[in-house]
Amino acid sequence: MAEMKTAAYICSGCGLGDKLDVPQLAKIAQKEGKMALVREHDFLCNAEGVQMIRDDIEKEAVTHICIAACSRRAKTEAFNFPSVAMTRANLREGVIWVVSEGADHDEVRQEMADDYVRMGCAELKKAKMPEGNPNHTHLKNLMVVGGGVSGMTAAFEAAETGYEVILVEKQAQLGGWADKLWKRVPFKAPYAEPQDTGIAELAAKVSSHPLIKVCLNTTVAETSGAPGRFAIKLAQESGAITEVSAGAIVQATGFTTYDIAKLPELGGGLENVVDHAGLEVLARAANGGAIKRTDGREIKSVVFLQCAGQRDDTGQHLPYCSGHCCATSIKQAIYFKDANPEVSTVVVYDDLRVPGMGEDFYRSAQHKGVIFAKGKASKVETAGTGCRVNYRDLILDADSILDADLVVLATGQVPSSGVNVVEWDRLTKEADGGSVEAKQQKSELKNISILNLTYRQGPDVPKLKYGFADSHFICFPYETQRTGIYTAGPVRRPMDILQATEDATGAALKAIQAAENASLGRAAHPRAGDLSYPIVRLEGCTQCKRCTVECPFGAIDEDEKRFPVFNEQRCRRCGTCMGACPVRVISFENYSVDTVGNQIKAIEIPDEFSEKPRILVLACENDAYPALDMAGLSRIVYSAFVRIIPVRCLGSVNTIWITDALNSGYDGVMMMGCKKGDEYQCHFVKGSELAGYRMSKIGDTLTGMGLEPERVSTFEVAITDNAKVAGFINDYVAQLVEMGPSPMKGFN
Amino acid sequence: MSELNQKAVAKYQNNFLKEVEERVEDGEWVSMCMQCGVCAGSCPLGPHWEHSPQKIFRMIMAGKRDEVLTSDSVWMCTSCYSCIVRCPRKLPITHIMHGIAHYAHRLGVAPKGQPTRELASVFWKNLVKTGRVNELKFSLAVYFKDGFSQGIKNLLGMQGIALGLVKAKRLNPMEIIGGHKCKDVGGIQKMLAKAKEIEDRRQGYTS
Repeated sequence: MAEMKTAAYICSGCGLGDKLDVPQLAKIAQKEGKMALVREHDFLCNAEGVQMIRDDIEKEAVTHICIAACSRRAKTEAFNFPSVAMTRANLREGVIWVVSEGADHDEVRQEMADDYVRMGCAELKKAKMPEGNPNHTHLKNLMVVGGGVSGMTAAFEAAETGYEVILVEKQAQLGGWADKLWKRVPFKAPYAEPQDTGIAELAAKVSSHPLIKVCLNTTVAETSGAPGRFAIKLAQESGAITEVSAGAIVQATGFTTYDIAKLPELGGGLENVVDHAGLEVLARAANGGAIKRTDGREIKSVVFLQCAGQRDDTGQHLPYCSGHCCATSIKQAIYFKDANPEVSTVVVYDDLRVPGMGEDFYRSAQHKGVIFAKGKASKVETAGTGCRVNYRDLILDADSILDADLVVLATGQVPSSGVNVVEWDRLTKEADGGSVEAKQQKSELKNISILNLTYRQGPDVPKLKYGFADSHFICFPYETQRTGIYTAGPVRRPMDILQATEDATGAALKAIQAAENASLGRAAHPRAGDLSYPIVRLEGCTQCKRCTVECPFGAIDEDEKRFPVFNEQRCRRCGTCMGACPVRVISFENYSVDTVGNQIKAIEIPDEFSEKPRILVLACENDAYPALDMAGLSRIVYSAFVRIIPVRCLGSVNTIWITDALNSGYDGVMMMGCKKGDEYQCHFVKGSELAGYRMSKIGDTLTGMGLEPERVSTFEVAITDNAKVAGFINDYVAQLVEMGPSPMKGFN
Repeated sequence: MSELNQKAVAKYQNNFLKEVEERVEDGEWVSMCMQCGVCAGSCPLGPHWEHSPQKIFRMIMAGKRDEVLTSDSVWMCTSCYSCIVRCPRKLPITHIMHGIAHYAHRLGVAPKGQPTRELASVFWKNLVKTGRVNELKFSLAVYFKDGFSQGIKNLLGMQGIALGLVKAKRLNPMEIIGGHKCKDVGGIQKMLAKAKEIEDRRQGYTS
């Protein structure tokens, strides 16, 4: 690499020149920042300004540039110089837009800007231009596990996009649950009549597609590797093993129905009580004619009981709503009405919820004479030749009875999500401790595994609530905690055929993106396209295993000597390993303990008599930093005593930064990250949680240093919290002012 | 219920909903109710009813024939139309309430002594006599419906208003004798008799 040559560019546009002493900033960049080249410009992001920087890169051989202008999140298209390392000093959103107006505040405003320029230059000296993971991969094909609606759709959509697909199905034919249906809920106007499922056509299209290889009667015996280089062993029913490879994986393993035998009070187990799947069997047998029971008797009256074993708050059954059951019961009631309008069909529901255009379908059933009774069934028993449903009518507030030839229980979807890796982890620890029982349980658990991953974190993707495969429903629905493996369909949340179709299409596209990024040595979601990757200095490693354990994505394996082995393609570049490492041997080219540490040390700390506290803010760049930028954009004023450093994730915060900051005389440290816990919003799943945990441990250290534990505080900031975040800062600064200056001041 | 009535409804057996759908004006709408309760919440008389429209509809679907037809509630509707305006399923609720009341009345099972029903009966009798409403006779008939002494009490209670109306020329005491009538009283009466005959035939009350 060519010799490092630094340059700083200071913009005076957007009012920066009016509010700040730009020549002074230039002097700081030159004298303190030791930049080889310092230029001022009154409109840096226009064509002329950008050309000036380009010319310097080309003619002056500048390799490192610091742009002191707006936030790093602004003008990214203008300031796009892929051939050099770059830092940004945020003088606009971070200083002039958030510091109070007026000459009274000129001094603190200028100090803030001075510090940001110092920080930008300090960071620059430690940063390198990321060159991308040298271990490029070449596989771009997908493996889709599961041949139901979701799996077939994912395979077909990916193949239509031009990617090869291996479709693995456990059964002897494609189709899954949907193939067992007589008809499906309508997707198109007028949403009035049940439709043909279309599964046979889809299966035929998939089977005959030149880019799709369908493996029936097959399960996944082992999955190893990483995005772009998954090595998979497929097991046929015969026991034969085939080895294949894939660039990314879509897991569309669907669901099983909740066992009605677990619902004896609702007649589960009685002869004339079936679930939705059971009724589909009868409807298929009837083939459009009168629907008959298994004993051959024509059904003249039928009662559907909604939410059977679902939305249960007693803890015995499924606590959630499966979403499709209302529309499914409506559809099945229409089966009866279409075959014979005289059949009495009653749907006993607590809340009828028909998402999408289902209201029209509901109305259609009412037109056909299906009766809907708001009530809660308490007991189903055999009566005469049929069943008697005892229920509480919730409108009339009275106990009521319905007699019917057949009772249909609307049971829920139970995800086929394989092994619970938390359970697996527990058993692994117990088995390692010598427990024979745990070892036995572990091998039993292994039987239900779907992907049989060789990852140290367990054989399947982690589960979130209620056993569904992890995903962030709102922001990144398909992402699991295993990079390059995407879940689609009812395995990640309950859904119907239409939703599963859309879901599978999205997951297929994400899988393609992951394989493509891996082939270019870049990160996948959420830092898609990031060329930096974790570099570990193994000679300094103490084999403490904290990085391997704490990596939220299972990207780090261990070799036989217990050194970490990075699977960079699995890595999401959050830096949690870097934050975890007690000996600080893990870094990224443009983000390391030094790039942030240097910024922390670059700031000028006023003495304890100045009444100017300094607070370090480590802000998550996914939510907290944008919220701070938005505060600037909305001209929400916050204290000029804070110095904000964006971090990739709070999980990447190394405690050395906190210690360094407090030792150099900062009065306090604010850590702003995403919401943690069950409803987490952390883009890297558990970064903010880990940070919270780590910080909970440093209270004693602080007390040992003679400092109040409140000098380090964590805050949860969502991306929309622009007003709230300014409040956090102002309140915290007020708290610190009351507490008095840090006793550590002046020791350096 | 008269024998004819019984015969007319016998074919519905236990299917009261079907009976309502076929025999009550606008009854075919009942099954479209989705039990949201907006009608019950919108009704200004809501707290004074035993059964809100929502409950009436549910009772019809649950086959509670006697409870619905003898319910006082359907007679309580003041035709403010709040429910019709607000019903998300566009049910003509006011009309259905009147339809049920009318049907119960025709079957002879509507609640006895229900003031709305009695008022309506008096009004109808008064109207068909001359083809015009004779307000004086109508008021007197209403006041004296519970006997002579109660009638005198009612009269004394209302005398201030009555004198005011007379003074304002809104009430003509001479109406007590004969009163005004339409041009062809016989024609009106024949017309109404024919209409009843047609309706009874259609409803199956007569053959």
